[in-house]
Amino acid sequence: MAESILEVTGLVKHYPLTQGILFKKQVGAVKAVDGVDFTLNKGETLGIVGESGCGKSTVAKMLVNLERPTEGSIKFKGEDISRMSGRALKAARRNIQMVFQDPYTSLNPRMTVGDIIGEPYEIHPEVAPKGDRRKRVQDLLDVVGLNPEYINRYPHQFSGGQRQRIGIARGLALRPEVIVADEPVSALDVSVQAQVINLLDRLQDEFDLSYIFIAHDLSIVRHISDRVGVMYLGRIVEIGKDEEIYDHPTHPYTQALLSAVPVPDPDARDHRERIILAGDVPSPTNIPSGCRFRTRCWKAQERCSLEVPLLAVPAEFRLASGPAAHDSACHFAEEKQVVPQEETPEATPDDLDQGAE
Amino acid sequence: MLLEVRDLHVEFRTRDGVAKAVNGVNYSVDEGETLAVLGESGSGKSVTAQAVMGILDTPPGKITGGEILFRGKDLLKFKEDERRKVRGAEMAMIFQDALSSLNPVLSVGDQLGEMFIVHRGMSRKDARTKAVELMDRVRIPGAAQRVRDYPHQFSGGMRQRIMIAMALALEPALIIADEPTTALDVTVQAQVMDLLAELQRELHMGLILITHDLGVVADVADKIAVMYAGRIVESAPVHDIYKAPAHPYTRGLLDSIPRLDQKGQELYAIKGLPPNLMHIPPGCAFNPRCPMAQDVCRTDEPELYEVDQHRGSACHFWRECLNG
Amino acid sequence: MPEQPFEPERAIAGTGMGGAMDLAASEAETLEQQSSAASGGRAPGGPEGTGPSGKPHSLWSDAWRDLRRNPVFIISALVILFLVVISLWPSLIASGNPLKCDLAKAQEGSQPGHPFGYDGQGCDVYTRTVYGTRTSVTVGVLATLGVAIFGSVLGGLAGFFGGVWDSILSRLTDIFFAIPVVLGGLVLLSVVTSNTVWPVIGFMVLLGWPQISRIARGSVITAKQNDYVQAARALGASNSRLLLRHITPNAVAPVIVVATIALGTYISLEATLSYLGVGLKPPTVSWGIDISAASQYIRNAPHMLLWPAGALASTVLAFIMLGDAVRDALDPKLR
Repeated sequence: MAESILEVTGLVKHYPLTQGILFKKQVGAVKAVDGVDFTLNKGETLGIVGESGCGKSTVAKMLVNLERPTEGSIKFKGEDISRMSGRALKAARRNIQMVFQDPYTSLNPRMTVGDIIGEPYEIHPEVAPKGDRRKRVQDLLDVVGLNPEYINRYPHQFSGGQRQRIGIARGLALRPEVIVADEPVSALDVSVQAQVINLLDRLQDEFDLSYIFIAHDLSIVRHISDRVGVMYLGRIVEIGKDEEIYDHPTHPYTQALLSAVPVPDPDARDHRERIILAGDVPSPTNIPSGCRFRTRCWKAQERCSLEVPLLAVPAEFRLASGPAAHDSACHFAEEKQVVPQEETPEATPDDLDQGAE
Repeated sequence: MLLEVRDLHVEFRTRDGVAKAVNGVNYSVDEGETLAVLGESGSGKSVTAQAVMGILDTPPGKITGGEILFRGKDLLKFKEDERRKVRGAEMAMIFQDALSSLNPVLSVGDQLGEMFIVHRGMSRKDARTKAVELMDRVRIPGAAQRVRDYPHQFSGGMRQRIMIAMALALEPALIIADEPTTALDVTVQAQVMDLLAELQRELHMGLILITHDLGVVADVADKIAVMYAGRIVESAPVHDIYKAPAHPYTRGLLDSIPRLDQKGQELYAIKGLPPNLMHIPPGCAFNPRCPMAQDVCRTDEPELYEVDQHRGSACHFWRECLNG
Repeated sequence: MPEQPFEPERAIAGTGMGGAMDLAASEAETLEQQSSAASGGRAPGGPEGTGPSGKPHSLWSDAWRDLRRNPVFIISALVILFLVVISLWPSLIASGNPLKCDLAKAQEGSQPGHPFGYDGQGCDVYTRTVYGTRTSVTVGVLATLGVAIFGSVLGGLAGFFGGVWDSILSRLTDIFFAIPVVLGGLVLLSVVTSNTVWPVIGFMVLLGWPQISRIARGSVITAKQNDYVQAARALGASNSRLLLRHITPNAVAPVIVVATIALGTYISLEATLSYLGVGLKPPTVSWGIDISAASQYIRNAPHMLLWPAGALASTVLAFIMLGDAVRDALDPKLR
């Protein structure tokens, strides 16, 4: 039904750890991304959430070819862009662009805003003839909500939220079909985050964009995403539509993550079940055998250390086609409603804790 | 009353002008109570806390007015060595970035022990024992072995706990936590906030929590003071403020944050930008961004009107705001 | 009592483009408000102003504005300007010939027409001091240019490409750093017979490049880590574009600062080498040569030593002051 525009299969990125001064010997690897699969459909927003060290930023970098995968493929409309080089790669870059996290380092402080947004046209002259460029840059400024007269200003003359808009305008210059947004609002003030999120929403409709939205803030991801994938230590542990993930999570990590997010409602304080995870995230150089989450999971059993769980619809839910029937990498997947529902003044703790079907 | 800040004013003199960071702030915290000070960057929330602790960078910063009453005595009138005695023993601060707040060349045990050696005159051996005890209390696994480790050998969440341990070492009456969990992952954040709440209950301490995260505030605070451009624009008990804010800025903030339990349509966005502290707009500082602004807002600075016995709002039209 | 009911932005923002224009208008308004309220500055926690004239201003123009206001810069710049002028046209203030000497006048003190007196050979100290400026400034400037270019290219490329090249360059840098400068000069330059400035300049470049190369390497590595470099790569920028357009403008500031300060030390190094007899040799006029020759007469005729030494010290000081002022102006912009 929905046309798939990006297909990621078996994506792996290992950074070798070496020893030695001139002749380096590999002694291990940081397994930043350790087997990631997902698809992005045209016009949709796929949110990828996870905590620091889960590999989501590395996935983002590989999608825009800032890093080469160690294994795996990234197919844009059927063509594998992860192995391209030279002219083919340069042309392919026009299709997927990135919006960066830090508005203070993502713009060259010595270039004017017009130069920054116009640089894509200098690198890809076939996209816009020289005479057209200034007008296009001004149009882009307008589209992101900035006064086109500011074309000759420098980044330090703008606020964080405005700089982020400039970064978005730059990302749009080549009219890509996919935009990878790596934590685009994390560095902004709360009152400005909403402005930028609204902008991204609007641009998606106007320019027919598909987004990969990477963040650690689960509330923001829910707001903007159609589907959401949860990453832990280099792999996706659960992926599905946003209601499926947020209201019917089946993987224990997702459940713990959701229960930890503070909700701006003091009454929910007493009604929420809090799952506090034990211990720390293992090092990506020393990934636990079997299920990598087992060292912090309250359900872990022997099977979990022996068998790696597949990211697939768990056996329990395969027959019933309810919202719990989405991909989840757990041997003992169990649905658990962790997020307090809207407007439940009479809710008691029992209502919110549902067992497996 | 454990701590009372009265009409505090702080300025920063820079090469390009004077920035008025704090402009008449009043708040108070009692023992066992949690006050959340909410605001974005430039609101003055951190500067106020630094002034209370006495760690403000005094050039370029300067306290130009007000009182800070700790157990009834004005700290601003204390001499520096008296102030130092209060700091650490009765009042402690936890910062956002534990990595830069902990000394990287001293072991964790040494840093924790130092508190006891300096303030309580303990021997090194006793101080070391106390350090292990503290680390146990903040639930660092294997404390006895890890007491000789250095800060960089711990994860972010653990470092934050060590910082909490340092703050609690001398069982102070008041803790000021400046964005203690902003830099942490959400699961770690939950662990740390839980720990803080538990220790606060145990020691019956006053807690000032400085943050911009409305979710965290809802979880732990008893009362809230919302700051904007160096002033308190609303103060209220926590339940009241979320249900019915009495200031357009608070309302704007609440409406603009995406919520985990709601998939919404377009978010409400407060238009405009936070003010330049060197040129705070006359009248009500929020007026350029306020959807309710009238002429009087541009000329008269609102005082903190009494909404009810426990609530205040610095808005000429707080009634209209309250009623929606 | 307000007339209008409370109306959230939502209603207006919901109309798409209307919302964007509102945003643009309100932001434009805020920026304009701030620029009209006198000097835009770097306030803690506030957006930047656009400067008093409301015009766009780059970081370089900000630095220049700061420089212009710094008295240390003004003084040193004027002195250096003076030095450069008399290097090019010494006859403007010295009418005599520095090589024309009258032994009969040897060691005599100040006289009308010869304010600094005569040196051990009967040469006019004033004229020689003035002509010596040309040598010192030329050697200093050329050596600095050579060091700066050679050092930054090597260090910059090593920092940019990393890997094996970086390791090789780092080891090379360590080796050259270990060579003691004056001792090395004594050894290497003593075998040189040529009389020109080039061997001395060449030697200074040979031993001076590691300092700049290290700075350049570090600066390039820092610049490379910024997101805007990644953004340009993601757009498909070639390495040469990255280096020229993105890295160099942002990495060049520390190199400029160090090079400007180093200029002063190269001038004094030339004087040292000439003093030791391995630098420049007569008939080249150099302060170092004069100081060397005058050192034996310091008790009887101190004026022979004082004037060239004073000129040397003042010149070096001027360049160091300039370097300081430049560093202050560029430093906050390094962020």
